[in-house]
Amino acid sequence: MSYKIYQVNEALREFVPKEIIDLEEKATWGNPKRGVMDLPYAKELIEEHSLCAGCPESMAFRYILASLPAPEDTIIVNSTGCTSLVFPHIALHTVHSLFGNQNAVASGIKRVLEWRFPEKVKDVIVLAGDGAIVDIGLDCTLQSFFRQEKITTICFDNEVYANTGGQESGSTVKGHVFKMAPKGKQFEKVPMWQLAIDSGCHYVARLTVSSPKRVEQVVKKAIYVAREVGPTYIHLYTPCILEIGLNSDDGLEEARARDKERFAFFEYATPEAQEVINRKKEEGLL
Amino acid sequence: MAQVSTEKVIYNRAGQRVVSPDYLLFEAPRTKHFMTGSEAVKEAVKRSSVDASVSYPITPQSEAAHLIGELWVEGYVGVYFRGESEFGVMSEIAGCAMAGARCITTTSGPGTLRAMENFPMWAGTRIPVQLVLMARGINSPLSIQPDNLEVSFLLDTGCMIWYAENAQDLFDMIIAGFVVAEKPEVHVPVITVVDGFFVSHTREAVMLPPDDIALPPYDPYKAPMPVIDAEVPPGRFLRDPFVMKSNYISYATHASWQFEVRAAIERSRPYAKHYLRGLIEEFGDPEAEIVFVACGTAAAQSKEAVRLLEDEGIKAKVVKLKTIRPFPVEELINATKNAKTIFVPEFNVVGWLEREVRRYLYKRSDADIIGTPRVAGGMTMPPEVIVKEVLKILGKEVKHVI
Repeated sequence: MSYKIYQVNEALREFVPKEIIDLEEKATWGNPKRGVMDLPYAKELIEEHSLCAGCPESMAFRYILASLPAPEDTIIVNSTGCTSLVFPHIALHTVHSLFGNQNAVASGIKRVLEWRFPEKVKDVIVLAGDGAIVDIGLDCTLQSFFRQEKITTICFDNEVYANTGGQESGSTVKGHVFKMAPKGKQFEKVPMWQLAIDSGCHYVARLTVSSPKRVEQVVKKAIYVAREVGPTYIHLYTPCILEIGLNSDDGLEEARARDKERFAFFEYATPEAQEVINRKKEEGLL
Repeated sequence: MAQVSTEKVIYNRAGQRVVSPDYLLFEAPRTKHFMTGSEAVKEAVKRSSVDASVSYPITPQSEAAHLIGELWVEGYVGVYFRGESEFGVMSEIAGCAMAGARCITTTSGPGTLRAMENFPMWAGTRIPVQLVLMARGINSPLSIQPDNLEVSFLLDTGCMIWYAENAQDLFDMIIAGFVVAEKPEVHVPVITVVDGFFVSHTREAVMLPPDDIALPPYDPYKAPMPVIDAEVPPGRFLRDPFVMKSNYISYATHASWQFEVRAAIERSRPYAKHYLRGLIEEFGDPEAEIVFVACGTAAAQSKEAVRLLEDEGIKAKVVKLKTIRPFPVEELINATKNAKTIFVPEFNVVGWLEREVRRYLYKRSDADIIGTPRVAGGMTMPPEVIVKEVLKILGKEVKHVI
């Protein structure tokens, strides 16, 4: 693609909103070394966001968008939920089609782009919540792993259906009381990261958003491995502070607390994936 | 004398010579072949410069999906794979289309309903996917037999609905379907329906143009919605404004988009009229007071009934509807202006076509509209049954015994 498409038309410059001007002047297009350390100085592709104050998902979004190695050639597929409220505010190609079919839509996009642009790298990334990935879309998610689609799937696990008002999800911890689980959840949290490994993902990570640098490393590894080898999966804890009754400035502490238990950092890579990761480290891209 | 040629010959990715849709559909010499409806699908796809197809097995459409796979092996189709379910397939093909591919897929009966959530999404995202629907029963107890009840559910999804009577119709409609669906001012999905088994599994004569010519490739940059390929400025798919918010602007935006999708279907009329040689086809006595309004195999059986009625000294005619969305309103009003009795024979229990005919002829026709006969669950519709119904209504002696 051409970076010129992100340049503001001179004749229209005086009418263009400041955010778009910022995007032209401060966005880090065409720089694979871009990362979370650029956040204070760069425009990280979000124009604004419509999530709740202090939502850890908004942190996750910023870190992930700042870590994309090639945002100018990245397509993001999302699904119904709080994530879909943010996507309208991202300066990237994004698709929100239905609830749960994100990995199927991403499969179609990735395969056609590989066919249409054999000489170019086009990253296709799924960003969706635990309801979309672990429950309603589990079939489409796992099947895309089985088919070895070269896409990166990132699950924002807040352990609840937050956007619809706090219903139990497959990702909720056993015993937790939520709407639709008035006596507490009856079964264990679905170990999605393990299912991803068993279903053929080449790089899998589980973590919280407490460390921006770690999120960046994981996202970059997952995207580079997906480009060359096959499906990759990131399971990211992004607590819904509203639904678990925390203040808007408690998100980071909540993430840090879970770092020590059920979201303790976990990483898995197949030998092929490790080879890609090692090579990218040598190239200075990780 | 030296030959002067100003036209450059263009070939598609499969090495076929690219010709205009008019040449392919109307002018190219045709030869007669003996084949099933499923094979006619393959032949149409072969000549349509198709980029992508995703498949999932369900009787009776599986054979058509297999044959598209063979075309992929032969290099005529760019992307082909088996999805995990009909819901998955329709989602995957949506992804393929959003990424800028000319797409076709097939399904039947229960698969249609499993995939149903996708069809309004296809229309809402204005992707020109073509679905070949080989209609089949969906009710319990389970039936794999032909029955077109599922079309009733599809009518209001925002997709164009075309209905083929036989393998020849199906071949021509698939090619025309891509051409019309991809017009920038139309650009909505087209669902090409045939009655499963009766057409998909029946061998008949089909006139085919040569297979070394094909449609011009799809140009995604003419689409009214941004193609999702990161080659054009950031597309904000389903973006502005986000319509889940509860306010009057959002309501109005959502409603206007729904009207826009339906308006796009209306804009397909002149193109469909051209490429399908009219939205309706008439058979029998043009002045007849007994008129059958039907689509698909029911139209074929009604034509037989017209011949039998002629033996009884009764003049009748058939108005075959080639498109249901857009509905050929003006054509139907004209074709039924002499009608005293309009019969709507159908291959389903609910009578969705009768409902449509009543809706569009309300206060525009004085004829009695009778939704009969109806068969379902895989039964064929013997022309004698149609004749019997007509004779009963006319108060004549019924000689035929079925």
